[in-house]
Amino acid sequence: MIGAIDMFKTKFIIAAVAAMVGLSTVSAQAAEAGAHIERQSWSFAGIFGTYDEHQLQRGFQVFREVCASCHSARLISFRNLAEPGGPGFSEAQVKALAAEYEVADPTADGGVRPGVAADRWPSSFANDQEARDANGGSLPPDFSVLAKARGVTDPFPNWVFNYFTGYQEGGVDYIHALLNGYHEEVPETAPEGFELADGKYYNDYFPGHAIGMAPPLSDGLVTYEPGEDGVTVPETVEQYSTDVAAFMMWMAEPHLVSRKQTGFVVLLFLVLFAGLMYATKRKLWAGIEH
Amino acid sequence: MATQAEHSSTNRRDFLYVATGAVGAVGAAAVVWPLINQLNPDASTLALASIEFDISAIPEGQSVTITWRGLPVFVRHRTAAEIEEAKAVPLAELKDPQTDEERTKEGHEQWLVMIANCTHLGCIPVGESGDFDGWFCPCHGSHYDTAGRIRRGPAPKNLVVPPYEFVSDTLIQIG
Amino acid sequence: MSEHSTYTPGNAVEKWLDDRLPIIRFSKEHLMDFPTPKNLNYWWTFGAILVMCLGVQIVTGIILAMHYTPNVGLAFDSVEHIRRDVNGGRIIQAVHAVGASMFFVALYIHMFRGLFYGSYKAPREIIWILGVLIFILTVATAFMGYILPWGQMSFWGATVISNIFSAIPVVGENIKQLVLGGFAVGNPTLNRFFSLHYLLPFVIAAIVGLHIWALHVPGNNNPIGVEVKESRDTVAFHPYYTMKDLFAMVVFLIPFAWFVFFAPDILGHPDNYIMANSQVTPAHIVPEWYLLPFYTILRAIDFNVLFIDSKLGGVIAMGGALVMLLVVPWLDTSKVRSGTFRPMFKWFYALFVINFIGLTYLGAQPAEGIYTVLAKVCTAYYFIYFLVVLPVLSRIETPKPLPTSISESVLGKAHA
Repeated sequence: MIGAIDMFKTKFIIAAVAAMVGLSTVSAQAAEAGAHIERQSWSFAGIFGTYDEHQLQRGFQVFREVCASCHSARLISFRNLAEPGGPGFSEAQVKALAAEYEVADPTADGGVRPGVAADRWPSSFANDQEARDANGGSLPPDFSVLAKARGVTDPFPNWVFNYFTGYQEGGVDYIHALLNGYHEEVPETAPEGFELADGKYYNDYFPGHAIGMAPPLSDGLVTYEPGEDGVTVPETVEQYSTDVAAFMMWMAEPHLVSRKQTGFVVLLFLVLFAGLMYATKRKLWAGIEH
Repeated sequence: MATQAEHSSTNRRDFLYVATGAVGAVGAAAVVWPLINQLNPDASTLALASIEFDISAIPEGQSVTITWRGLPVFVRHRTAAEIEEAKAVPLAELKDPQTDEERTKEGHEQWLVMIANCTHLGCIPVGESGDFDGWFCPCHGSHYDTAGRIRRGPAPKNLVVPPYEFVSDTLIQIG
Repeated sequence: MSEHSTYTPGNAVEKWLDDRLPIIRFSKEHLMDFPTPKNLNYWWTFGAILVMCLGVQIVTGIILAMHYTPNVGLAFDSVEHIRRDVNGGRIIQAVHAVGASMFFVALYIHMFRGLFYGSYKAPREIIWILGVLIFILTVATAFMGYILPWGQMSFWGATVISNIFSAIPVVGENIKQLVLGGFAVGNPTLNRFFSLHYLLPFVIAAIVGLHIWALHVPGNNNPIGVEVKESRDTVAFHPYYTMKDLFAMVVFLIPFAWFVFFAPDILGHPDNYIMANSQVTPAHIVPEWYLLPFYTILRAIDFNVLFIDSKLGGVIAMGGALVMLLVVPWLDTSKVRSGTFRPMFKWFYALFVINFIGLTYLGAQPAEGIYTVLAKVCTAYYFIYFLVVLPVLSRIETPKPLPTSISESVLGKAHA
């Protein structure tokens, strides 16, 4: 009898706590309504997720040739590009890349010098105001952690499963959707009944729909080098946006791969250790009625 | 028979306890290491552990002080007279015997690269001064010669030459 | 319970030490030989789990403080510096952030366990009161910790909550300025919150010491709520409960590690990855999940009561919801401790748990439409449960017959 009541309580409270943690956080994000955002299949999702080096390299190319003219990435250093778990550039490549840029250095002659691997990614604008002025009053957000500063909302009960699948790709799903969310023919015009201010563009996924950024990508805009194995990647907006979103995820979470790999070992250890502890505890208590 | 069964059950139990304890100890060690390792220099510090410096802009007879691993480093373009003077000193006169060749790179004898902290108590010596035409530390009166070797005063050692190499004739990599 | 002392110093050094600082005697009495009811279930392991949580937060917190910079211009980047550059920094930071949530999971379970089994009843009132103080201080610590990354939610959370002080009549605005060190949340606020966030865990640890001290005077309550009568009702704390607690800790670490390594940001809010900006309010400000029940109570009072306006009313309700916990031992006067033997209490208790989850859920919803009505209903039941249900049940309820002792109930279960 007491056992049965305890069971009832046990399940009840476990369910209760899970619900409390769950309900609150995700539903909190259910603020911005918008078109449904399609989940993409990312190589870095899930327990065994890892970045695809080639994809990161392509994403970097899109970032560098297209996005970086307006968007900064102030927390990224050139050296990051050669660090393990990232795009996998060699140290020599990074050094050569850094040297192509001029960075501000008050101790150097003339206040600037060629970049080195330890330098941060230089911004195109000296400050936020300059960036605003150059972009019709809108501030292009910094890319460093942007992939984690955006999310998608899931209706009940989908978000419950996110706790068990560890879904952390809402930001990149949103970015991918946004880049594909312009109305192709005339991005300056909006659907009937929607007042679009001058200098704004209509986007299906942007909160409020009026975005200050003109469609940044178009088919064939960036030329991808064929891979060493001769495999070519389509030069389409869809492909560019996927690649650059993956690259942005890496910028925001550069240690994702080692984190997940460590985590797998840790979980395995904990399960094993819990089993041993349980056996030990059982053995110890075997002689005691309780 | 009974004692044997009892014995083996005791063994099994002991084994379980030892195994649990051992696994627990491994886990504890795996937790402790990162907590200590975080004290080590971080990636941004390590990225600056090795620097390159272009020496082409330093005219003969001049020196500059640059920063490497948070320390001041002298890079001096020595004159022929200074090199001559340094080479002429007999090793027997030196407190910390080192030839001029040992303190410079072959083929680049005109360049002297040294950590700029006096080996006595860490002050920065003043260049082109002192009794030996090298450096003089104003803090406690150590005199260094034109190869940065200690000649008189309380300092025990010559000014330290950091690990460096010539990437090209005009570019050195320190560290 | 020093009368249980069985310690005799083993050698001359121990004897010498024992005469001067009887620390070995103390440890043996309180950490090893302490007689503990043998029928404690797994809900009783959360005390030990909470000690672990506090330890984890203090250790990781001290480490983070070595790399963090409490300055409005640098705080956000310094947290990113920890995640990106410090050796193992991403994991240590995630352990601290996820650890705060796990701390509250354990804390709520521990409190609800106490509420069900009547662990607050005589002679354990002081244990309960100290526990409520620990809870309130932990809330304060967690709140100030959330400000430190200096993201949008940090800034706006601090702004919203500090406005609570301005609800106090006459001196409210002055108190708010005193707390913030300015007219709005800014660098002085960040600095003092950092200082206090570092200090409070040690205050909490000290009160935890008192909490355990107070526990060791009457000894543990237990699932049947019948006091220990004889020595066969108990077992030594070590090794029986040390091993059981350690096992529970390891199990607790499994979901903990899952979040740290595979979803470190899922318990947080994406907006906190945007640096604080006093010019832009996020579309939706929500506190961390563990503060939501009380946030709902704060928001539920959107009407004036006599001369008390809605703002002050909300603050009084929220404060009251916490302070009321202090007097629970005197609201529930039922002689029976354990809810197991209280047929009516059980249902009101279950409803209270559901209600509390409801309060949590509602805290994350926009304050409009049906949600505001539900928030008022749930807030009302929260107060009714303590102020009406508990006192009334104590008078009208007929409890089921209690086992005469722990040993009897244990034997009954074994043979059932």
